[in-house]
Amino acid sequence: MSFPWAKEYKPSHPFMQWMDEKLPIPRLVYNAVGGGYEVPRNLNYFWNFGFLAGLCLILQIVTGVVMAMHYAANTAVAFDTVEMTMRDVNWGWLMRYAHANGASAFFVVIYIHIFRGFFYGSYKAPREMVWLLGVVIFLLMMATAFMGYVLPWGQMSFWGAKVITGLFSAIPLVGEPLQQWLLGGFAPDNAALNRFFSLHFLLPFVILGVVILHIWALHIPGSSNPTGVEVKSESDTVPFYPYYVAKDGWAIGVFAILFCAMVFFFPNYLGHPDNYIPANPMSTPAHIVPEWYFWPFYAILRAFTQDFLFIPAKLMGVMAMFGAILVWFFLPWLDKSPVRSGAYRPLYRKFFFFGLLPAMAVLFYCGGAPAQEPFVMLSQLAGLYYFAHFLIIIPIVSAIEKPDPLPFSITEAVLGADEEAKLAPSPSATVA
Amino acid sequence: MAEADGVRRRDFINIAAVSAAGVAGVGIVVPLVSQMSASADVLAASSTEIDISSIQPGQAIKAIFRKQPVFVRNLTPHEIEEANKVDVSSLRDPQTLEQRTKEGKTNWLITMGVCTHLGCVPLGAGEGEPRGEFGGYFCPCHGSTYDTAARIRKGPAPKNLEVPVYEFTKDTVVKIG
Amino acid sequence: MARILSILVGLFFTVALAWSFGKGAYTQITDPPAATAEHEFHLAPREYTFVSDGILGRFDREQLQRGFEVYKEICSTCHAIRHVAFRDLGALGYSEAEVKAIAKGFQVPVFNPATGEVETRAGMATDYFPPVVYAGQGTPPDLSLITKARHEGPQYVRSLLTGYQDQPADLLKKFPDSKTPDGLHYNPYFANLNIAMPPPLTADGQVTFSDGTKATKEQMATDVAAFLVWTAEPKLEKRHQTGLAVLGFLLFATVMGYLSYRNIWAGKKH
Repeated sequence: MSFPWAKEYKPSHPFMQWMDEKLPIPRLVYNAVGGGYEVPRNLNYFWNFGFLAGLCLILQIVTGVVMAMHYAANTAVAFDTVEMTMRDVNWGWLMRYAHANGASAFFVVIYIHIFRGFFYGSYKAPREMVWLLGVVIFLLMMATAFMGYVLPWGQMSFWGAKVITGLFSAIPLVGEPLQQWLLGGFAPDNAALNRFFSLHFLLPFVILGVVILHIWALHIPGSSNPTGVEVKSESDTVPFYPYYVAKDGWAIGVFAILFCAMVFFFPNYLGHPDNYIPANPMSTPAHIVPEWYFWPFYAILRAFTQDFLFIPAKLMGVMAMFGAILVWFFLPWLDKSPVRSGAYRPLYRKFFFFGLLPAMAVLFYCGGAPAQEPFVMLSQLAGLYYFAHFLIIIPIVSAIEKPDPLPFSITEAVLGADEEAKLAPSPSATVA
Repeated sequence: MAEADGVRRRDFINIAAVSAAGVAGVGIVVPLVSQMSASADVLAASSTEIDISSIQPGQAIKAIFRKQPVFVRNLTPHEIEEANKVDVSSLRDPQTLEQRTKEGKTNWLITMGVCTHLGCVPLGAGEGEPRGEFGGYFCPCHGSTYDTAARIRKGPAPKNLEVPVYEFTKDTVVKIG
Repeated sequence: MARILSILVGLFFTVALAWSFGKGAYTQITDPPAATAEHEFHLAPREYTFVSDGILGRFDREQLQRGFEVYKEICSTCHAIRHVAFRDLGALGYSEAEVKAIAKGFQVPVFNPATGEVETRAGMATDYFPPVVYAGQGTPPDLSLITKARHEGPQYVRSLLTGYQDQPADLLKKFPDSKTPDGLHYNPYFANLNIAMPPPLTADGQVTFSDGTKATKEQMATDVAAFLVWTAEPKLEKRHQTGLAVLGFLLFATVMGYLSYRNIWAGKKH
């Protein structure tokens, strides 16, 4: 699974040798994130976000386990136990704010990670499986985040649960019974709260499992890189340790500064005030919105205001909302271009920067805005582009585009052709 | 020479960076550990007032203090005499009844209802419960037997039943804690 | 084949959206939504900087005590602060004896198993502020979290308390149906302009501050808003202090990490 020049794990201490024979975990770590994993030398800072995403997952699991020690999943006391955590538990406020903002941080990191994949063609062969598993992780994250948001049992928790489970009622025939089954009742109540708590605790560990598969699948072809040219020789790569450990290490520092600034100084900025009002099944807040990371998909949901070809608008919205993510699963087969990186695809690059990114920005903005004009019309246009981008533009562009010439190798891209030539006779020479 | 200095400086920076990561790790662990200790609301609920006016000599009641039982017992003159008869130096945990009660209120024996062996609630405070061969309290879990001053006399418990901090706010009201 | 299928699916969604867009745009032109009184006359809270605002925000204990006095004298008639315990008031600078005295002034409900009835007794330091029974019009919300449960919470509370006024003639001219109903009160800072709460601050000097500060309406509104910041976020000061220390350390650690990264990559072009 690795390049022939990758260093082999050679334990020197007798205990480590014994360990390597019986249970080679140190070898696994060495080959996964140690000196044994050879990585393209030219990764830019967008490649730090995979590592950061892993860190966010750990952060969420740790703070979440702590929060669960002080929480009670019962509609009568859930809100109060969260407040008790904030006020009376030692450092409870820190755990709670770190967990709430940790979810946002996780999504920020993941969105950047995904869009890096879009631009650099990380989804393409031979990394389709990495991509597919990544989309699965994203879906699991959304489910987990949604259920977690219900737990404090504030107004937004309750109405979020009601509205999102209401989406399922759009499905013909089985919709209503399905919604009742999901909630264990006619409306969100103890049954729903308890199952959401249980699943909210379980799913992160499922995510962890899929993350391990994601990394495993990645290590088979090795990491992609900004040129999209595959690794050819030893001079193209550096070992993960110490090179990328050091780079990820200081990136974690930058991430931690931004994250802590949010947690300590603006902990409620990304939240909604209404969730500090206990759930009231008798009164809907004036303006219900999900958390910001759902806004693009929420905007797409609301953009379908008219019945279409005998399909009710509600069902269209639900299909489109799920479709907007499911389409990512097909991306490796929709984009047939042999060139991976957007850096060498002039036409694709234009659509990425002047089409997809602005459309996403509009969807983000409109999803959080009230369901009025001009926001609905804007999200209709942006949503229209979104589907056109993935389902129409990408297949056509990948067929007609004439890519820029690619560098011969990663080393050439980094050092220029002359120095590459100098290295050619002895590919094993280390680059000073 | 200059190169040697350069190498040393570089080593120093790497060591400093790794140490900073270590400090951060410890900094994260501190709140994670301390969140499990008793929260402010638990620590605050630390005093209980008990009305003792209805307890007749020879009777006892169980009250709750810090989520644990407290025995408040009105000793009869006979029980006080029994307790004072004992040779203190022969006890496992030598204390006199005077030391375990308030001056002038020797008949009010107030102790935690928590066996000092492994924390069961001894019998003897409730109506009709066995009081053991020394007339005090008897712990059914492992047979610790306490006398009328709630001192350990027999069985595995190492200490007398604990006397909590308390005061009489009125003649008929005790404030524990 | 896959390409054709994909384009067909793409057309399905894009045409559906274009259809929605077209119909929406048509309605927008032929039947534009009517303006509402809320939309035109609602005001954002007035600007004001509380000492608790900003990254160095802290509490002014004297102000919190004044705010508590306003709460106790005026607001507590209708509004509870159920997440706050009397013992918490120690953080405002009250001594233990003062906290006990304050607690004693409130009657808290207790269930008496002997009679099966809920009775009341004088509060103790460990009790929470008791619920308030309110029989009049409207439902007075619990105030413990109010400054976090509204946009620009503290400014909102301050503006609302001082924002009562007569309904502008303009409004009635433009929206004749929007006259404030009987029993409600016009207040442009309230979401739908008409609030059930009668003006709580009626006159200067309504509360006598124990620190001698002159109790103007403005002062009372500001102080009680500051107090409600504290009830909503009693750990605010500790959060800010911890945050500064953490950020200071992280800056140092990150610089070290960056230098170490430069070190390790020295001579490696990438």
